[in-house]
Amino acid sequence: MSDTVTSPARFGAPPALSELRRVAIVPALNEERALPGVIDELRAFDPGLDIVVVDDGSVDGTAAVARAKGARVLSLPFNVGIGGAVQTGFRFAFENDYDLAVRVDGDGQHDASQLGRLVAPVLAGDVDIAVGSRFASDAEGYRSSRARRVGIRLLARIVSGIVGQRVTDTTSGFQAVNKHGIALFARDYPHEYPEVEATVMVFRHRLRLCEVPVTMRERDGGRSSITSLRSVYYMVKVLLAIFVGLFRRNDVPEEDAR
Amino acid sequence: MTPLAVSIAGAIASFTLVLVVLELIRSHRLRERYAILWLATGLTLTALSAWREGLNTIARWVGVRSYPPAVLFAVGILFILAVLLHYSTVISRLSDQNVVLAQRLALLEQQLHDDA
Repeated sequence: MSDTVTSPARFGAPPALSELRRVAIVPALNEERALPGVIDELRAFDPGLDIVVVDDGSVDGTAAVARAKGARVLSLPFNVGIGGAVQTGFRFAFENDYDLAVRVDGDGQHDASQLGRLVAPVLAGDVDIAVGSRFASDAEGYRSSRARRVGIRLLARIVSGIVGQRVTDTTSGFQAVNKHGIALFARDYPHEYPEVEATVMVFRHRLRLCEVPVTMRERDGGRSSITSLRSVYYMVKVLLAIFVGLFRRNDVPEEDAR
Repeated sequence: MTPLAVSIAGAIASFTLVLVVLELIRSHRLRERYAILWLATGLTLTALSAWREGLNTIARWVGVRSYPPAVLFAVGILFILAVLLHYSTVISRLSDQNVVLAQRLALLEQQLHDDA
């Protein structure tokens, strides 16, 4: 399998997309400013895409803004963290029998016009999960702060070694996931800072994952959930989880739960 | 000077704690978030038990002349206090969230009855 899948740029949705039940999972914490733009962009990409905003205990008008834009809103009664919020979306997708889910952050850093390239390998049946990577190509765009890039690169090295396939952006939340991936994530998803562990988990369940080069924008509302003080805890927690995860015996292929 | 038997017993006991914590994480009975303090406890006590000269030096710094292993107890107690305090904050958060959940459930039930 190739490391990254690049397909010719498409305008709008690939034809097969319209035949699928498809949903966009948008986790949002206090993103009333950025969210309307995100929803508009998703609609512009694909008018038939169901949009589910997972409001992770916001104290601003996030839920109201999303409803006004016609999105479905899952309001968590209190902040459960990004992992729990995203999993809520995957549970929704699983219980409502969606064929394809895309995960797009509510802060506007993910560019929905690149979704066509992201879903292409999943639609083609090449992979179960496609991840938008900021580092898979030399493209410009926002690539996080210098210190954070070092951490991301270190984690990418470790994860690549474990899964036996080159991954470059283990912290990207810009993803397209098929039915198998939805079923897995609905059942088991890491709670805090989930992306790195989820990547390892995907491989241990023998699902296929590829990266698609994307560019991201600097966040334009709210603030990142990872502050500098927390990054030490982040690294310790994630490395501990990866290390201990290696000793789990769950590397059996997932059967469809239904 | 610390008796050798104390160092060996201390190191074995603390390292066992580390192994037990790792096994609990592996079997999904303990989340990483709540394991980190326990791991720090186990690793620190293991290091202090095994590194005999270090223990003696630290004992001298804090004025323990007669029996350096007393420092092991002191450090162990400090870590247990930290873990307990951490758990108190966790329990406080959980009980707050529990109230919110109960309130949400009551409101939803009321809506259901009105619709029926």
